[in-house]
Amino acid sequence: MTALTSLTLKGALEGLKNKAFSAVELTTAHVAAVEAARPLNAFVLETPEKALEMAAASDAKIAAGNAGPLEGAPLGIKDLFCTQGVRATACSKILGDFKPPYESTVSANLFGDGAVMLGKLNMDEFAMGSSNETSAFGPVANPWKIKGGNQTLTPGGSSGGSAAAVAADLCLGATATDTGGSIRQPAAFTGTVGIKPTYGRCSRWGVVAFASSLDQAGPIAKTVEDAAILLTSMAGHDPKDSTSLDVETPDFASFVGKSVKGLRVGVPKEYRVDNMPAEIDALWEQGVAWLREAGCEIVEVSLPHTKYALPAYYIVAPAEASSNLARYDGMRYGLRAEGRNLTEIYENTRAQGFGAEVKRRILIGTYVLSAGYYDAYYLKALKVRRRIAEDFDRAWEQCDVLLTPTAPSAAFALGERTADPIAMYLNDVFTVTTNLAGLPSISVPAGLDAQGLPLGLQLIGRALDEGTVFAAASAIEKAAGFKARAERWW
Amino acid sequence: MSDGKTIKGRTGDWEMVLGLEVHAQVASNSKLFSGAAVGFGAGPNEQVSLVDAAMPGMLPVLNRYCVEQAVRTGLGLKAKINLKSRFDRKNYFYPDLPQGYQISQFDQPIVGEGVVLVERADGSSFTVRIERLHLEQDAGKSIHDLDPNATYVDLNRSGTALMEIVSRPDMRTAEEAAAYVKKLRAILVTLGTCDGDMEKGNLRADVNVSVCRPGDYERFRETDDFSHLGTRCEIKNVNSYRFIQQAIEYEARRQIEILEDGGRIDQETRLFDPTKGETRSMRSKEDAHDYRYFPDPDLLPLVLDPAWVKEIEAGLPELPDAKKARLQSQYGLSAYDAGVLTADAALSAYFEAAAVGRNAKLVANWTTNDLAAKLAADGLEFDASPIPPANIAALVELIEKETISSKIAKQVFEHMWAGEGAPAAIVEKHGLVQVTDTGAIEAVVEKLIAANPGQAEAVKAKPQAIGWFVGQVMKEMAGKANPAAVNAILKAKLGVE
Amino acid sequence: MAVDAATVRKVARLARIAVPEEQLEPMAGEINGILQWIEQLGEVDTDGVEPMTSAVAQALPLREDLVTDGACVDKVVLNAPKTADGFFIVPKVVE
Repeated sequence: MTALTSLTLKGALEGLKNKAFSAVELTTAHVAAVEAARPLNAFVLETPEKALEMAAASDAKIAAGNAGPLEGAPLGIKDLFCTQGVRATACSKILGDFKPPYESTVSANLFGDGAVMLGKLNMDEFAMGSSNETSAFGPVANPWKIKGGNQTLTPGGSSGGSAAAVAADLCLGATATDTGGSIRQPAAFTGTVGIKPTYGRCSRWGVVAFASSLDQAGPIAKTVEDAAILLTSMAGHDPKDSTSLDVETPDFASFVGKSVKGLRVGVPKEYRVDNMPAEIDALWEQGVAWLREAGCEIVEVSLPHTKYALPAYYIVAPAEASSNLARYDGMRYGLRAEGRNLTEIYENTRAQGFGAEVKRRILIGTYVLSAGYYDAYYLKALKVRRRIAEDFDRAWEQCDVLLTPTAPSAAFALGERTADPIAMYLNDVFTVTTNLAGLPSISVPAGLDAQGLPLGLQLIGRALDEGTVFAAASAIEKAAGFKARAERWW
Repeated sequence: MSDGKTIKGRTGDWEMVLGLEVHAQVASNSKLFSGAAVGFGAGPNEQVSLVDAAMPGMLPVLNRYCVEQAVRTGLGLKAKINLKSRFDRKNYFYPDLPQGYQISQFDQPIVGEGVVLVERADGSSFTVRIERLHLEQDAGKSIHDLDPNATYVDLNRSGTALMEIVSRPDMRTAEEAAAYVKKLRAILVTLGTCDGDMEKGNLRADVNVSVCRPGDYERFRETDDFSHLGTRCEIKNVNSYRFIQQAIEYEARRQIEILEDGGRIDQETRLFDPTKGETRSMRSKEDAHDYRYFPDPDLLPLVLDPAWVKEIEAGLPELPDAKKARLQSQYGLSAYDAGVLTADAALSAYFEAAAVGRNAKLVANWTTNDLAAKLAADGLEFDASPIPPANIAALVELIEKETISSKIAKQVFEHMWAGEGAPAAIVEKHGLVQVTDTGAIEAVVEKLIAANPGQAEAVKAKPQAIGWFVGQVMKEMAGKANPAAVNAILKAKLGVE
Repeated sequence: MAVDAATVRKVARLARIAVPEEQLEPMAGEINGILQWIEQLGEVDTDGVEPMTSAVAQALPLREDLVTDGACVDKVVLNAPKTADGFFIVPKVVE
């Protein structure tokens, strides 16, 4: 039975089509894997009955010749997505036992294409974090451990549960979201593939909002091709989301394996940061070499405002979040605390319901928007944001895709970076730029570090050019030949 | 000062300065950013979508028709339409504000500066400058009296589109403020962009009141420097002309008293209590709101196609000012009569239907006096009049042709109101045709003079006494004689001028 | 632009989050650390730059004025801590 959970999504879909096994068999295997993997704490809610129901329905559809593109594929859904009748918490206490009477557009797209839901995945509270350590349900354990070591490592965040579940073969893919790197960094930490598409490619309707102008849904998967298949299903114009792009969704899988001969690959010099670990730098060089061998033209480019992306992000995101999270007030759903009057109930509900990191960001966000500070902070950050976007615009004159490392380190130990918020924020240094500019970017596992931990490389493309991103990513994937899997300790 | 602006205080004269922010609910089927229905009378939370209830992950989508209505209103206010505008979030916590913010427009509203011409009761007029109009969401309703220990919240109204129309502080008396709101309402109702129902709260005013010494206001207008004016207080959500005036009178007095006692006015928000006729402070000072406005990241800038704005402009109905001018020029009516007609759309429509080819002044009189009185007594509007315009026209025609006298016409009208149909038939049926046959009149006159020689002599001495004879002739002829002919023949037979 | 305990108290009230007295100072310290780190944005020349509020280059979509939603009281109050007859019941508000 373990063979079934080792399949890629593509492999499993083929197996179902060839009747090598049934959807129920496939889901049963994954349900068992999920149960056995509770020490990882990747799932905050398992939905085995529902999964088997959905799998049975998929078998019927397959038999009738009506199979959808994802028919029978068991997936995990990040708990930031509202799933009809199934609890959604954003891994916060404040949502209590909230059961959405509606389905997010992205998850509806996946289930409409035949996918099966195994359960809801752990994450940093309200997607605020880079290590899944702020979750109200406790941290997630990275399936990867240091060679010969026993310390529990973080899978990254905020989509830590999604990345860990895919890396541990608990599901054939997972939904995730990325506001500052929350898909790509966990993918890099767990040896999986994660893509944040162009802003507006996937609908935000039904996804609990963190920072509206930065949030994007995307898949975490085992291979570039799997990620492409999932993204094709997840994406699409949604008239219920005013920021959803009214564009056709290409068949992204068709770009996987496409020749990258003649593609101009930009290497932004500002991504070589101070104190950059030598191994990561070396892997980056290796990536350049791989692409050169594949026929790409390598160009050094400059993105001069790179270092200001993080501080700009840590103004814009908390500002938007402080407003988006105002609706969590105990009046219409979720936790309601005690208090002697309305103000006390608001204040106690939110003090008890929100964790420390969320509170910190709400306070910062409230502060930077407040009278007297708006121009100096928020407006300034938005102007810097435009400068960052302009940097990319200029770069696209010289290249078609950019290659950078995904994260400034491999996975670190739980508790290692929780003392200083800024130390945690620095995890996002290579990723936040594309959230600010709205560009598609992917992390591909490219190698292991000396301690046996996975490292990822990031490819960044022009807006709406996920095709080139997938093509370049699959070239890296092919050249890297990353076959390593986390050794099962659970 | 005979202009009514001066308020006599203990320590000298004062004047008031008033600015209004009028909230007009857009006449649309669905809400500004959601597809839930707009309207009165539904059960609690029945007109609420998940977006209105601010569920996690919900997003706003702008209603095109609401944008159109705002543009239409702006054009009606002779205002600048801003082709580029933006929605911002106004952040604060209240149970009837589920998102914890209101989507409004802060520094890039859809409509800019405009102007409204307002008529006073005495026929004079003044202008009120419009500073801006913007679109925003209305909040839900908090009901405090269903339970002593809890508040019940109904979000039906939450998310309904409002147009906030902000005036400059151009009004100087409570009457002017009420007249402004009345004129604004007439414009909105004529345009069809708001139903103007103040009882339902679909049109309500926030009134800003401050007081100053004579001369200060003129200095303010010259320099645009607000420091010449007093500190203002805002009286929120006043929804009738009477309450607007009462609230202003009370508030101005309150402020004057404080200042004359040597105190300072605290800038604050107040509520008008209609039962007490007083304003009271609404929020404590320490809760001063910092709304932290910022552009709503769930929406993009609103950019209007100039061709669309032109299309809306071309489709505008005739507005009150233009109508009043046209009624005067087209029908030769007085400004007063034109004003009366303009104030009621059904009335003016009726008038114009009846006035075709007729003496406009006569039609106006019969419509605005006789018919209006009957309809009002029965609680009917002009568009439900049992007497159709054609029949009033016919009645006037009979008078013009001297077929009946004005006096007889009153009788005919009563028959018309009683449902007897068209005037010509009534005249026929009741034999009310005016007698103009001079021979018949002469015969009656001669008979009366012969029977009343004393009276005949009295007329020679005092010509006004002819009235007695006129009355007698009319009595003899059942009122049907043509009065002019009667007078002429009497004078001739009596030998007077 | 240093933030002190009084500012944190004010901001916490604006954000309706209860922060115990003894946590105000430490929270101010944390926020100051972050604000100090953010100061470097001052190095960027942004004269004449339009603020970028959105990453989308698309016109704001408009919807038709049709009633397509609502009439779902049960869903609306489904998760409410306290309801009656379709109303949300919340703590008494004093105006």
